[in-house]
Amino acid sequence: MKSLRSSLLSSFLPLVAAVLCLAACKKDQHFPQSPYFDQADQMGRPAINTVFIKAADKDRFNQTTPSLMAAAFGSEMKSSLLGVNPGFTTNLLGLNADQFIGVLSTDVLNASTKGKTTFYDGTNVLTGRALGDDVIDVELTLVFGGPDGSANPGLTSDHVNGNDAPFLADFPYLAQPH
Amino acid sequence: MQRKTIVIMITCAILIAGGIVYAADHMDAPAVKGQTTDITDLYVFQGKNTDNMVFVGNSQGLLAPSATGAASFDPNTLIQFKIDNNGDNVEDLVIQAIYKDGKVNFFGLGRPPLTGTRTKIAEANFLGSVDVTPYGASHPIVGYGSYGIKFFAGPRDDPFFFDLDQFHAILGGTATGFNNPGKDTFAGTNVLSIVVEVPKSLLHAQNGKLGVWLTTSSQEGGSAM
Repeated sequence: MKSLRSSLLSSFLPLVAAVLCLAACKKDQHFPQSPYFDQADQMGRPAINTVFIKAADKDRFNQTTPSLMAAAFGSEMKSSLLGVNPGFTTNLLGLNADQFIGVLSTDVLNASTKGKTTFYDGTNVLTGRALGDDVIDVELTLVFGGPDGSANPGLTSDHVNGNDAPFLADFPYLAQPH
Repeated sequence: MQRKTIVIMITCAILIAGGIVYAADHMDAPAVKGQTTDITDLYVFQGKNTDNMVFVGNSQGLLAPSATGAASFDPNTLIQFKIDNNGDNVEDLVIQAIYKDGKVNFFGLGRPPLTGTRTKIAEANFLGSVDVTPYGASHPIVGYGSYGIKFFAGPRDDPFFFDLDQFHAILGGTATGFNNPGKDTFAGTNVLSIVVEVPKSLLHAQNGKLGVWLTTSSQEGGSAM
């Protein structure tokens, strides 16, 4: 009996396997193998990972959810800030190194649903990021510019003040590809 | 040259000794460099209709025009705008975008199935879809979904601008500062864009404040057939 069962099994198994495989393949067209996705990259504000996180930690930063970032990377980011600008005291926003890193180390882009959306326009601070915002000059100024933005003048603007193609007035707003 | 400037240059040079490219988020980390998961930029701004917010998620940057036609969204890469609307830096809403058969399908704006770095598609909250606008099309294809939401997916000019080459020269010690005028390293290059315009009323922002981040995630278990 046992041998009959095993011979039946052995003759049917390839067929069963083939049917299962076909079913799985067919199913895959609608529902891929696993319904789960694992995070590979993330960003909130521009250039945070690229500037403040060490090469060895960049993937780990990308895979850390924002609410856990400050605890995991705050001290590393402060070291990086003082590494690129050992003379950092306070910046144009009046933030000292701990306060500035306190803002940056939770890498989400703040946005306001009430009124103007801009990264920084001299008045509004972190109410969004518009396509034309010169975010690099803002960040260079906050890192190198000192309390009134005038320190290290050669390092606080890249003198590229806008995009190479005009944006559209209507959706989807971004310019046609080159 | 001021001593402080020299110190800054030297420390910068040490920091980038690994050859890391400084950009917005282009090619920021080893695991995503050159992959369909590589984010370049996130933008969040008020729409032309000021009752709406616009979310722009760009990926696969520094595409030369000659390479743009072959660039494609990946059916195994989930692109998400994660939105915190109550100030705790945990996503309360997500807008999910995933490519399939020439279209990008959008899900979300309810509570996400999971929070954090592992997630699922919110299949029950289908918002709509849009055909990917082909490279060379004269006009962008706009998709219209539930609740007046608009969608776009396809290649666009990279809106990011920065004199990255001069920055590298500063870091490398062959320059002491930026040029005036500078030269936009990203001029003439393209990205793959996802653009979603959403009525603000759907975002339920406490005190009018949102925290937004853009993520890409890879499907577990390899490729869909």
